[in-house]
Parts: sequence; C-alpha cells; structure tokens
Amino acid sequence: MKVHEHQAKAIFARYGIPVPRGSVVTTPQEARQAAANLGGQAVLKAQVHAGGRGKAGGVKVVRSPAEAERTAGSLLGRNLVTHQTDARGVPVHSLLVEELADIRQELYLAITIDRGFRGPVMLASAAGGMEIEEVAASRPQDIHTEPIEPVLGLMPYQTRRVAARLQLAPALHRPAAQLMTALYRIFTECDCSLVEINPLVVTGDNRLVALDGKMDVEGDALFRHADLRELRDRAQEDPLEAEAVDQGIAYVKLDGQVGCLVNGAGLAMATLDVTNAAGAPPANFLDVGGGADDEKAAKAVGIILSDPAVNRVLVNIFGGILRCDVAARGIVLAYQRKGSRLPLVVRMLGTNVEEGKEILRRSGLNVTFADTLGEVARAISRAG
Amino acid sequence: MGILLDENSRIVVQGITGREGGFHARACMAYGTNVVAGVTPGKGGQVFEEKVPVFDSVEDAVRETGANVSLIFVPAPFAADAVAESASCGVPLIACITEGVPVQDTVRLSRYLERRPEVRLIGPNCPGMINPGARCKVGIMPGSIHRPGRVGVVSRSGTLTYEAVGQLTGLGIGQSSCVGIGGDPVIGTSFVEVLKLYQADPDTDLVVFIGEIGGNMEQEAAAYIQREFTKPLCALIVGATAPTGKRMGHAGAIITGESARAEAKVAALRQAGAHIIPTPAQIGEVTQATLRQLR
Repeated sequence: MKVHEHQAKAIFARYGIPVPRGSVVTTPQEARQAAANLGGQAVLKAQVHAGGRGKAGGVKVVRSPAEAERTAGSLLGRNLVTHQTDARGVPVHSLLVEELADIRQELYLAITIDRGFRGPVMLASAAGGMEIEEVAASRPQDIHTEPIEPVLGLMPYQTRRVAARLQLAPALHRPAAQLMTALYRIFTECDCSLVEINPLVVTGDNRLVALDGKMDVEGDALFRHADLRELRDRAQEDPLEAEAVDQGIAYVKLDGQVGCLVNGAGLAMATLDVTNAAGAPPANFLDVGGGADDEKAAKAVGIILSDPAVNRVLVNIFGGILRCDVAARGIVLAYQRKGSRLPLVVRMLGTNVEEGKEILRRSGLNVTFADTLGEVARAISRAG
Repeated sequence: MGILLDENSRIVVQGITGREGGFHARACMAYGTNVVAGVTPGKGGQVFEEKVPVFDSVEDAVRETGANVSLIFVPAPFAADAVAESASCGVPLIACITEGVPVQDTVRLSRYLERRPEVRLIGPNCPGMINPGARCKVGIMPGSIHRPGRVGVVSRSGTLTYEAVGQLTGLGIGQSSCVGIGGDPVIGTSFVEVLKLYQADPDTDLVVFIGEIGGNMEQEAAAYIQREFTKPLCALIVGATAPTGKRMGHAGAIITGESARAEAKVAALRQAGAHIIPTPAQIGEVTQATLRQLR
C-alpha cells in the first residue's frame, strides 16, 4: 500500500528524521495561507501516488502567497500524468506546501527487501535527486548496498560505512547515523516493503533534511497496523482495482479487450500469456482465489464487466478448492446484474465441473466451452 | 523414490480443526497420506475424523505419534509462529500453505531456520508437494490428476502446477514428485535446492520447471543447471504480458527491474540448455518430445 509524501514525512518526523516545515492543503486559499506562514516563498508539491511528479509539472516553486494561490488553483482538481501513470493520470486532491530548501548536495537513501539475501538492505547513493533505476542502469557502482541482519538490526559500524561511502563531512556522520537508524526502525515497525528518501539533502548550513519521502507498507501486514490502514487513499487507485482490493480479489487492469477470470495467480498469468499469444490481448489479470463463494465470483465477474474495454470474457478455473458450480453461479449472477450479453469462453476442470457446465448451458448466455489451454486460445480469438 | 516424501512420511496438520485445514487434511487422507496428528492450541484431546488425535502443541504431537512432516494451514498472522514451533521440535520437513504471511515475518523466520539445518521449509504461499508413487500428498493439489512416473515438477505456482500435471498425465506422463515452492518474495526452499534433490533422485529422468516474473531465482537456477544439473529440463516462464511494477497476485510476482522480466529468465534458462516451453498450452507436448529424445 502506497502512502502520500506528506503522510510518510509525518511518520519520518515522529521518528526524528528532519523534514522541511510545511502543511497539507486542499484549496487555493489554504495554499495562500500556508505560503504566507512560510514567509511567502514555498514549493507546492502535488500529493499523488506516482513518481516523476517534477517532470510532469506537479512540483512548483512560488514566490508569493498570491502566486501560491494561483498555482494551487491550476494543480488542484486536475489529473497529473507522469511516466509512471497511464494516460488518464492520477487526481491531485491535495498539495504539500513546504519551505524552500537551501540545497548543497542531493543524496539517495532507501531500505527494501533483497530477495537473494532474504532480508532488508539499505541502498545509498551520492547521486540523489534522480531516479534510482537510472543510476542503477547507467552507473551501478554509484549505489552502495548494505545488507542488514534482521537479528542485529542496522549496526553503528554500518551507518559509519554508509556515511563514508556517501563522503559526508565528519560533522554529519552522527546525524546521518541517527537518521539511518530511524529509517530502519520505520521500515521494520511499519512493515514496509520500501522506505525511500530521494533526495536526502545536505543544506547550505550543513544539515540533513528528507526533502522527499516514500513509503510502501506491505499489504499483507496491514492486519497489525490499524493506524497505517487509515492512510490508504482510494482516489489514487484505479477504481476497478480499488473495488477488487475491497473484495479481496487480485486484479490488475491491462490494455486489451479480453476480460479474464482465473483461480490462482500462476494460472492467471499463464492464461494472459495464452490469450495474448492468440492475438487477443487481455483486459485484466484477475485471480479470484481459492476460497471464493458464488457472491465473490459474481463480484469478480462484475468488475470485469464494468470495464468498458472488455468485449469478451474468458474463464479458466482449475478447481481444487474453488468448485466449478460455485464459479458458474457467480458468473450467471454477474451477467444478470449487468444485463450483459458479451460472449464467454469457459474452461473448467476439477470439482463439480459437470454441474458448473450445466448451470452455464441453461443460463442462455453465449458460452463456448474449451477443454484445454490450446482450445481456449482458438476459441477466444474467434469470439472477438 | 521421488523427493521429500515417501512411504515413511508421517504428517502432522497444524490448524486441522479449521475449515481449510480440515478440508485438506481429509483430502490428503483420502489420497492415502499417513496423517498421524493434528495440532490446534486449546483443542488437544479431540479426535479428527474419528482417527487422528489432535494435540495442543507440535511437541506433544511429535512425541506421541512420531510425526516427521508438518503441513500448515493456520491464518497468516500466526503462520510464522506455527513454522517456528515445528522447527523448534526438529520436524525435518514443513510445508506452509498459508498465503499472505508478512514478508518480514518470513525474513526473521529464515534467520532462525538457518540455525536448524536439519529443517526444510517449503513455502509459504504454496500448494505443497506430492509423491504419487508413494501415495503421499502433503498439500492442496487435487490428487486425482497425478500418476506415478519419472518426471519431476517444480513450480512457484499452485493452479499452474495442476495445469502442468494435467497436461503431463493427459499424455500418459507420470510424475516422480511435484513441489510448489511458493509465490512469495522470500521463501524457505528455492528452485536450486529442489533441483539438487531431483538431480540426486535416481527415479527422476526429467524436470518440468515453472517460473514466473519477479526476482531472479530462475537465473540462479539457470546458473546451477549450467554448472551441475545433468538431467533434461523443460522450462516455462509465465507473466510475459505483465506490466512493470504491478503485483500479479503472488506477492513475489512483480517486475522491479530487467532481470525480473519473463524474457530475461527465458534467456538465462535457454542459455543454460533448458528446453523452453513457448506457451503454457505446450507443457505436455514439449515434455513428451524431450522424453522421446532420451530414448
């Protein structure tokens, strides 16, 4: 789960990481007041769940409260399109109004899970302010990776080593150590999959300040973080993806026309590959999960049918836990609710498969049955 | 033979009194698996299906029944506890089916398991494993689609493994063992470790390998295959159609860099001499053709 920059910075501040003075606003008038409180000059930062905001025009420096009001008016209520979003972009409902920083140097600092190490690593680079993927691609030697033993935590010698690699002035080593230790505490205590400060700046008066802040909280750990659950901003998510999250369905919107309903993530990916190879690009990834009842299956099909790009639906159920008759009832229910006539290609195997097929046959829906993935590919390309 | 499981496997099901645990314990028993005990704290003394004693702790279960494999169905918040409990009792093989275990729990668990080299964890977020020749199923796969044979299967997925097995069995190709290692970013047993077991198994002639986007475990496997693996291997990688940065159901199936892409994994495996399965519809076909070359 992504959180907004201002939310991440509030958590940073609570753990003692220095952040710029600032406040969150949702109207141009509030932006004017916020800028005035900072002495007139300020930076306005669109609060969206997407990187590349600066290049996309989502970060603006203003020189007066009046300019802050005008600029806020041009940002708020619009959608911001960055290289990380789709063509519709993400809505800007709030701005972070912050004091301008006196930047001497920009650094990069992050903690994430390294799969090979099976544990957390700190990533640090003196090449801050740019996208770390670019640094990783063009000059990987400029990124220092510090593996952290979860039993020990981030040790003082490691913070000294990272500070040395970043070539920080000696006076900054102690504040850097405190900052890194705080960042690791946030990473573990908030069950993050990523915490990132980019850029972490050295100011003209030789202080370290987190100029930006990013936190991804692991969705699977939210059950033990009621406070962090509150930080979810549904408006930043694709509406169908948000609906799926609420229903406990794994759904990802894609660019094609074939709506896909599958049980199991691996089989779902395989199904997308099959339909794509058949020249019929998928409209979505959807794993309905093993324990679905007919209502959940209906919700899943409902999400697929709500996508205006979908012109046919492919169902691939290899039933073990999920019974085929349950899935079939869910499909029929969703088609009835939506009044849809879209053609269906159905492949079902496993528990109660004959009952499932019979329910679909009697439903009056336009169903083609397929027995193998090969037949699925042929049927779905014809159904278009 | 086969790997991991055999006729001497004695299974304790953690979470046997739950809905899922009970359902799958019954299915395992119906297949022929020797389920000797269940564990649910606070429900010790009950008897499951009129024959399997339920204990309060794994320690009791192991002492009373000699269980040597744990099968875990407890909910995600308690899964790490269940794995650690079995490991602390020295249960040598643990399959954690539970999906949604926080990654940082698995991270800490993996450190603990390093101190228990006699213990192997499969999963979490996996379908488990099966040895059709020994009629031993420790997991949630439908037993009926399997048949005994000489092809080993290893996969990060559940239902896609069933798809693969369905295609193999449909062509009369039986399996020595099938192992689903799990779809999470951090898991107990990697592809390489399972390939080592298949390499050492005299009753496995060929391995069907099913990987997916995310991480670089497939590349590690490719390096191992090139170095030491002497048996033919047919490899399928799914997720070629997945967009960057989106989690495709499995917590681990997310493209975060070039090496996490399907193309990079396919290239590494091809380079290592694997027979690449071009689409998921051709798992059986490619395996059959590769087996023919062996004869």
